[in-house]
Amino acid sequence: MKIVVCAKYVPDATGDRKFNADNTVDRVGVDGVLSELDEYAVEEALQIRDATDGEVVVVTVGPEVARAAVLKSLQMGADSGVHVLDEAIHGSDSAATSLILARAVERQRPDLVLCGMASTDGGMSVVPAMLAERLGLPQVTFASEVVVEDTTVRIRRDGDAATEVIEATTPLILSVTDQCNEPRYPSFKGIMAAKKKPVETLTLGDLGIAADQVGLDAAWTRVDGFTERLPKSAGTVVTDDNGSGADQLVSFLVSQKFV
Amino acid sequence: MPTDEAAELVKLVREIATEQLAPRASEAEAAAQFPRDVFHLLGQTGLMSLPFDEADGGGGQPYEVYLQVLEEIATAWVSVAVDMSVHTLSSSAMARFGTPDQRETWLPGMLGGSQLGAYALSEPQAGSDVSAIATRAVRDADGYVVNGTKAWISHGPHADFFLLFARTSDDAKRGLSAFHVIAGTPGVSFGAPEKKMGMTASTTTQVIFEDVRLPVELRLGDEGQGMAIALSALDSGRLGIAACATGLGQAALDLAAAYATQRRQFGRPIADFQGLQFVLADMAAAVESARATYLSAARLRDAGRPFSRQASIAKLVATDAAMKVTTDAVQVLGGYGYTRDFPAERYMREAKVMQIFEGTNQIQRMVIARSLLREAQ
Repeated sequence: MKIVVCAKYVPDATGDRKFNADNTVDRVGVDGVLSELDEYAVEEALQIRDATDGEVVVVTVGPEVARAAVLKSLQMGADSGVHVLDEAIHGSDSAATSLILARAVERQRPDLVLCGMASTDGGMSVVPAMLAERLGLPQVTFASEVVVEDTTVRIRRDGDAATEVIEATTPLILSVTDQCNEPRYPSFKGIMAAKKKPVETLTLGDLGIAADQVGLDAAWTRVDGFTERLPKSAGTVVTDDNGSGADQLVSFLVSQKFV
Repeated sequence: MPTDEAAELVKLVREIATEQLAPRASEAEAAAQFPRDVFHLLGQTGLMSLPFDEADGGGGQPYEVYLQVLEEIATAWVSVAVDMSVHTLSSSAMARFGTPDQRETWLPGMLGGSQLGAYALSEPQAGSDVSAIATRAVRDADGYVVNGTKAWISHGPHADFFLLFARTSDDAKRGLSAFHVIAGTPGVSFGAPEKKMGMTASTTTQVIFEDVRLPVELRLGDEGQGMAIALSALDSGRLGIAACATGLGQAALDLAAAYATQRRQFGRPIADFQGLQFVLADMAAAVESARATYLSAARLRDAGRPFSRQASIAKLVATDAAMKVTTDAVQVLGGYGYTRDFPAERYMREAKVMQIFEGTNQIQRMVIARSLLREAQ
């Protein structure tokens, strides 16, 4: 089974995040990582591959530094990577991203396309659905469990009120949640092996996409401005003097309109 | 870092240390819980075999890289790093002196992390003076019968195998032999865990051998080669402890620097006061000096040059630095540093043993002086 994983390079959530002058996310000047939620997609793909004797190709779209997302996936055990790299991509919205991904993915003729449940920077969760629409393939999102038997895929979706099991057939687009597995750490041998694995770099031209179809100018949405969240304040310490602690707590909760 | 792979490796280690080790360290140390699962994870990721040859299933990494990995782990949880160093020491004899059959049988488990090794050399009456070892392995028709008590054995009850040194004759130079002892062998038992000042998550016990039968196939090297085997890994083990001590010092420095920028007195962070800045600067200088010293010795080792004196210097400098830096960290944190709510006091307790084990710092000075004076003659 040939599996393609869409993996995104995002700013490290534990570090400082910055915006560029055009209000796009700064992906170059800050520490970045393979989106933590995409690690679940990579892990799921590796497990399915190992059970079906298949192949895992990781696709990413982004600036030069985004290659690190492919590299991490290769270190975890993916077989090869594709990096779509083109200056015109800067500022692309979800719709444009899905166009680029769709063209890159269809070249691979995959049986299964796996995505994370959301990116940890944009957090929109719409790319898998857009990708399915563009590729004309069925999609199942937010899978908590994936079982593959030949061309049949059984997916468990855990909702707030109910759990549903959906059966689908390949080819298929799937997004997986952070409940479906525990992503492995790369091994040292994996790090060494990743260096020798092939990574294809493609431009928009290679994918038959015109520069004006993507990027900030083609975006349907744009960020007009942003406000940095204030740093957390020190908080309030309630000292229980002579049994007055409970009253103080209640007063605090009332003053904050929590009760 | 000498290569891109080594840089990637250290990145991986930092990730594991931050996510899997640091969050658990304080609680496990307080509860004296040995984290056996951590060594499985380190084994699966290939970190238990870094300095061993690739042909043996190791990572083929120079000591310079292995020690920096050890330092990263020590910064997150020094007990784990020390136990990893002990495992390396315990496995190195098999890699270097094992027969092809022995290596084929035992090395994959050792280097893959499924088999954790303990180093059974010291005895209650034989610490720095290895020649006082009294544990005996008596040869008979079926192999050896071992009797004796080993002391200060790191992760003794959790080990899967022991590198045992026992007396096979009274010859002063060739009286010791080395053995590979599998945990669970009848006659092997453990004393109560030592009530230690620090590094409590790493269980230290006596290992008692009572009429333990060992087949000849489990002897490593020739009979009488034990002292040579023990000495062959001594200098490398000292470098391991130097790296652990440096990591511990780094952890204390990081804690103190972060605290100093947050703690406010007289309307400003205490980091604004020059008196405190000088303390922090001296701490940083001590940690950097320790790192530079062990790396310099490691590079000599990697180049195949003698490094015994430099290993002792590194052990001495790094562990004394760790003691000073962790003590200063407690001072920077003031009253809070003296409580168990912050790890500073734990770091200080952990640093003390670094000056004692793997050859006390007084022994290191003897090694350094002897080497120095031999050259001067």
